[in-house]
Amino acid sequence: MVPVSARIPNSDNISSERQSRSGPLVIVRKLSVIFGKNTILDNISIEIPAGQTLVIIGESGCGKTMLLKCLIGLLKPTRGEVIFDGRDINKMGDVELTKLRRRFGFVFQNAALFDSMTIGQNVAFPLRQLESENFHGESQVIVNRLAEVGLPESVIFKRPAQLSGGMRKRVGIARALMLNPDLVLYDEPTTGLDPIMSDVINELMMRTRQRYPVTSVIVTHDMHTARKVADRVIMLYPQSRLKAGQSQVLYDGPPSEIDQCSDRRVLQFVRGEAGERLTEMRQSSTGWEMETPHIDSFDK
Amino acid sequence: MSNVVAQYNERDSGLSGTLVRWVNTWGRVVISGMSTVGDMAIFFWRIMVWMTTTRPQRETLMPNFYAVGVLSLPVVALTGTFIGMVLAVHTHVQFKSIGLESKLGAVINMSLVRELGPVLAATMLAGRVGSAMAAVIGTMRVTEQIDALVAMGANPIHYLVVPRFLACVLLIPALTVMADFMGIVGGYFYSVNVLGIDHAQYLRNSREFVGGFDFFCGIFKSVFFGAIIAVVSCYRGFNCQAGAEGVGKAATASFVHGFVLILIVDLVLNIALNGVYAALWPRGVKLF
Repeated sequence: MVPVSARIPNSDNISSERQSRSGPLVIVRKLSVIFGKNTILDNISIEIPAGQTLVIIGESGCGKTMLLKCLIGLLKPTRGEVIFDGRDINKMGDVELTKLRRRFGFVFQNAALFDSMTIGQNVAFPLRQLESENFHGESQVIVNRLAEVGLPESVIFKRPAQLSGGMRKRVGIARALMLNPDLVLYDEPTTGLDPIMSDVINELMMRTRQRYPVTSVIVTHDMHTARKVADRVIMLYPQSRLKAGQSQVLYDGPPSEIDQCSDRRVLQFVRGEAGERLTEMRQSSTGWEMETPHIDSFDK
Repeated sequence: MSNVVAQYNERDSGLSGTLVRWVNTWGRVVISGMSTVGDMAIFFWRIMVWMTTTRPQRETLMPNFYAVGVLSLPVVALTGTFIGMVLAVHTHVQFKSIGLESKLGAVINMSLVRELGPVLAATMLAGRVGSAMAAVIGTMRVTEQIDALVAMGANPIHYLVVPRFLACVLLIPALTVMADFMGIVGGYFYSVNVLGIDHAQYLRNSREFVGGFDFFCGIFKSVFFGAIIAVVSCYRGFNCQAGAEGVGKAATASFVHGFVLILIVDLVLNIALNGVYAALWPRGVKLF
């Protein structure tokens, strides 16, 4: 029998190893995602140094989540490269990519916990995928992970449906961190949560980075989250305002300087102002515009 | 091509416009159908690769074996019994008019073992288990649980589909035997106790006309039916459209497409098996 702790990379070793790493952990080169005639992401290039917390902001439908899914190989880009730790993930085979993904943690927008499993089984899932069923001491590791995200031991035997949205998100974070990943990707981690729970999640993301110097990529609309946790902010923006997609990087810099940005579109997003956008939307007859959450709230 | 169609749509008149629209509509249907068949073949190939290269986990196998084998047993047994009795009711009227009611056992049991048992078990399985498989996998797709599986280094084909495929393929023969047995019992009970057919004649005719090869045919076909149910249902679930409506459509499509495919394959297999029988035993000698 193999002790579970022996299977999980040791956090102290990881700390020193990751701190000594130099150069970018992830390189995205000229990445484009095209569906049929729709170009969603257009020629995106980003370098993410090891240990950095990168926040990607942008309007709904601009392709933030798609970019995140490209980083982990859940979505194959039409063009371009995604290089993780020196290897192009799009050129890897199924088995190789499956192994590499154990170095990633992904926190999904709605946590994506498995309904058919208990919370304990959900959190233990990455561990069980490691190799075999011959583990012992698994429950203690699960309890520790849940405690790190502020959840009591009593939730272990509950089902995801029995937990609140905030608790589910925290379970999702615990599951993503189970194998001490090199790169953690968060897809809108604070969406749908009250301000206090949002701040709890923000604190958790910051604490995770302090505990294990992990590289994080966070996709969010929430500027409070961006200002609080980011080392660097990237804003994606569609080239054409009348059509979804064709997004490119409009801002790339530290969160502290985003308010001084000279681009009016960045400032409008940061301040949450519609500006001339509302007029454009009303004049536009494209279906996409009507689907944006902005227009619903303005019409009310 | 689409520009040509758009031009004709704008004009919206004339025989050539109608023809172009007709070709466009049917062309789209054919292309879509062909690409679905191709996708399904690739999906099946991936199941085979994962099934033969990586051992499935016990914790994923057992719940599926239980759902397919144990939970389907009562409904298959019940429907089998009633189908046997219904066959007796119908065939008795026909056979009595030509004075052959004593042969009732042969026709009921032959129909059950060769055709109705396997098709009935497959129909029940497609309705009860296949739709559920499509709905579960579809919901997992819609709620990003399949993406979560992939992100955590698990292959969804290996984790979700292979156990379901094995459960269907390995346990449908057992369900078919149960449907056969209960149908035979139901047919016997109704014929002897209600219709008053002689018990000894009923059994003698059954023994004389129904052979081991007939039984083998039913079991052999059921393995294909099980594979069809698993592949079609899991494929539909994997390719589910977003939202509750998408999941509902996937569940419905899994049953409808699966059942149609079962009947087509049934015809092909029956022709092939009859050919095999004729080649092996030209004088009609039974297997055993």
